[in-house]
Amino acid sequence: MSEHEYVPKSKAAKWFNDRLPLLTLGAHLTDYPTPKNLNYWWTFGGILTFCLITQIVTGIVLAMHYVAHADLAFASVEHIMRDVNYGWLIRYIHSNGASMFFLAVYIHIFRSLFYGSYKSPREVIWIIGLMIYLLMMAAAFMGYVLPWGQMSFWGATVITNLFSAIPLVGDSITTWLWGAYSVDNPTLNRFFSLHYLIPFLILGLVVLHIWALHVPGNNNPVGIDIKKPSKDTVPFHPYITVKDAFALLVFMIIFAGFVFFTPNVLGHSDNYIPANPLVTPAHIVPEWYLLPFYAILRSVPDKLGGVILMFSAIFILFVLPWLDTSKVRSAVFRPIYRQFFWILVIDVLMLGYVGAMPAEGIYLVLARVGTIYYFLHFIVVMPVVGYLEKTDPIPMSISEPVLTGGSEPSLARKVNDKV
Amino acid sequence: MSKEEKKVNRRDFLFTASYTVGAVGVGAVIWPMIDQMNPDKAQQALATTEVDISSIEPGKSITVLWRGKPVFLKRRTSAEIAEARAVKLDDLPDPQKDEDRVKEGKDEWLVMLGVCTHLGCVPLKDKGDFNGWFCPCHGSHYDVSGRIRKGPAPTNMEIPKFEFVDSNTIKIG
Repeated sequence: MSEHEYVPKSKAAKWFNDRLPLLTLGAHLTDYPTPKNLNYWWTFGGILTFCLITQIVTGIVLAMHYVAHADLAFASVEHIMRDVNYGWLIRYIHSNGASMFFLAVYIHIFRSLFYGSYKSPREVIWIIGLMIYLLMMAAAFMGYVLPWGQMSFWGATVITNLFSAIPLVGDSITTWLWGAYSVDNPTLNRFFSLHYLIPFLILGLVVLHIWALHVPGNNNPVGIDIKKPSKDTVPFHPYITVKDAFALLVFMIIFAGFVFFTPNVLGHSDNYIPANPLVTPAHIVPEWYLLPFYAILRSVPDKLGGVILMFSAIFILFVLPWLDTSKVRSAVFRPIYRQFFWILVIDVLMLGYVGAMPAEGIYLVLARVGTIYYFLHFIVVMPVVGYLEKTDPIPMSISEPVLTGGSEPSLARKVNDKV
Repeated sequence: MSKEEKKVNRRDFLFTASYTVGAVGVGAVIWPMIDQMNPDKAQQALATTEVDISSIEPGKSITVLWRGKPVFLKRRTSAEIAEARAVKLDDLPDPQKDEDRVKEGKDEWLVMLGVCTHLGCVPLKDKGDFNGWFCPCHGSHYDVSGRIRKGPAPTNMEIPKFEFVDSNTIKIG
């Protein structure tokens, strides 16, 4: 991206850089031209990188004290909490870190939905991001199983049983996943192995995610391409790094608030009861970040149908760049889509709420309405609104709304012009 | 081979043969990697459990662990058996006669996996709309024969393979 070929100053650095151009990469990352109008919704990429590193570091430390055996796991977690020096702190950072990770990723995803960051030419960034999101859910689910409490055990039972809905081979697949005839010690062992593996897969995908981002460059709040790099962009360092650092500090204050003041508020008290294969807790719920999908699963009165719909809710996002027919990226200039966007936000929050409630009465009705809207939004609203909507005039360049000092662009063009 | 067809030369043969042998080799390595995740010999060794049933009063039930799963052993009263047999098959989502779920001549003994066929939770006894079991996870109702009556579960609770070793002992598995 940098306009000049980078040449290291010292002779030794030049010698090394000629053989492995790491310094060129570093210079590219430092100078990377970034749209100067990025707002704070764009700071979550950096925050998510911080979350991933936090989870990896605390996870490696926890693995030094944890024992992945059905008879010992629960006690070893209590051992971490009571005996290991600062074990309570490291475990609370890790368990609350998972929640903070999902909080940040949901903001990041909805940012992309609002500003059209998934649209051409950034489809591959979006798809890699969704793969990261899927792996995050797998890692979080398996991590939740490791303490081997009641919620661990029964959460694992319910989720692995989803695969038993597959016709003909379903039961063989669940037995294969378990390595036993129920969730048991072999299941715990392999979940620990995979829970340790997945963060590094995510790290690899994050590298690809950023690589793919650096090809077209960042989207931005007005959603138009960069016209003149010298006028429309600033170097990543120090302008964006400082802004990211400030947002990260605010994020860490909230994170620390959970860790030090309410470390168990996002967990479930039943997980402090050791796993018992004979008794199912009266009210089992997944972690908060999976609740909308759980609500979709339970809204269908048919086992296979519920499972298919739940997975569809995630996989439909992969084709989103092709379901959205609008030529304008940013919802700032899309008066109709903008309203549907907020309906979707409310819809997902509502699904999350009813996912935590018993599946009966009004909650079941709300779950069904919410599920129907969720799919309508992507299958009907996005293609149709993109086609019919009369968008607002978009500015000529990123600099224009800034330099003219108003939201009314003086050099506004019709949307039909080439964006 | 006719002369009109594209001539197959030695190199094509070598490519095809190499890919084939390579694919077999890769498959031979992948299969052990997949199969190692299936239940091991230690798990399979736990495949049978013997249960003493002499202390169970009519109308009462016990739960035992078999292959890591709960098994309900219920000694039913004659009223309960009559109730289970009075149900019309048309009323059942997964039609099955009560007679087919018990051993002949031992009609009072219902032996079944205490696992909801929806997503694997353990149903609670003496609950639900049909005097049988109720699954707290997603609201499936089972009758006194363990048959699904209402809710998301697709099938009746499963009857494991079992036999009466003598009048006081049941062997499951």
